[in-house]
Amino acid sequence: MLRKLFIAGVVVAAAAQPLLAADAGDPQADFKAFRKYFTERFPKVPLNDFVNGPYSMDEGLRKQWKAIDAFPPYEFAVEQGKQMFATPFKNGKTYGDCFPNKGIGIRQNYPTFDAKSGQVITLDVALNQCREANGEKPLDYSKDDMAALTAYMAFTSRGKPFDIKIPNDPRALAAYENGKRYFYTRRGQLNFSCASCHVQSAGDHIRTEVLAPALGIMNAMPIYRSAWGGMGTTSRRLRTCNSQVRGVPLDAEDENYRDVEYFLSYMANGLPISGPGARP
Amino acid sequence: MRTQLIGIAVALSAAGFAGAALAASEADYKAALAKAEAADQQAHTLKNQWTTTEDELKEAKAQAAAGKYDEAVKAAQHAEALANASIAQAKEQEKLWPDAVVR
Repeated sequence: MLRKLFIAGVVVAAAAQPLLAADAGDPQADFKAFRKYFTERFPKVPLNDFVNGPYSMDEGLRKQWKAIDAFPPYEFAVEQGKQMFATPFKNGKTYGDCFPNKGIGIRQNYPTFDAKSGQVITLDVALNQCREANGEKPLDYSKDDMAALTAYMAFTSRGKPFDIKIPNDPRALAAYENGKRYFYTRRGQLNFSCASCHVQSAGDHIRTEVLAPALGIMNAMPIYRSAWGGMGTTSRRLRTCNSQVRGVPLDAEDENYRDVEYFLSYMANGLPISGPGARP
Repeated sequence: MRTQLIGIAVALSAAGFAGAALAASEADYKAALAKAEAADQQAHTLKNQWTTTEDELKEAKAQAAAGKYDEAVKAAQHAEALANASIAQAKEQEKLWPDAVVR
């Protein structure tokens, strides 16, 4: 009897152990922990300011950004994207016909999980799906045309809070978990993960650059980078991150990239879209 | 004196022979390259190739094209070592990444 009670006690005690967010596959618990980490580490940064990346971390950079933003370097891309967006395909349809609300003010809902394909669909992928459905060739995910289109769509969504959904579908949760895995996995000869720079070292310097916090890092996409002298899509940014740690980049919009965008965008739920952004 | 000269000549001849024996051939290069490329392919499957591996593979091919097989073998062996390190990293990280998660 005593033995049975002891075993029962052990079982109850084990069941009462709080499961950690990472172990439980619980996106909401991850969300809370992620938010708590950044707000406690940077108590002076207003929550919505995290979407401004390095400018939320460094006063000098913020001043430079404010000066640059008088004539935003992404303005040409937004204008080009607007024209592209409105120009009909050969069949007479437009991008707007492929999206809710004619594609205006919807950036905050991407990436989304597509139950039919069982895949995460980023805005960039949705744009190419739209093109192909209308008999057009897909655009290069890393090049200027895609950056211009997504810049325009982000611009029409500015201020709208990220609203990323993880539906009650094990494939959606698996995609989220894969994105989380990718984010925290070290890679490249330098043995860095995304988190090495954008969690552990957020706000620190690498040479002259201030590392952006991971919280809100997707809200500014796509970005004009002075280092590039032009616009870049999320794919371009992720591929560059890989190269910088001496890892061979994956194909643009590889499943891992789409999933990590899903994970990071979910972490930023409630924070406003600030894209297109401008970065050093 | 004569004995000494003969000794030196024998020693030099032996050194020359050893040097010739150590020089890598095209076959050595091809074998080293095959091993490096096999390891690199495994890293590719794991989606964890390193840029430095690719650089060394290019270097090996460039040296071989110039007929410099010693250098080509050395670069290929370096590429193989780098590829093996990237494979080890990927396998290690499969277990370690959860330790870094913000909780």
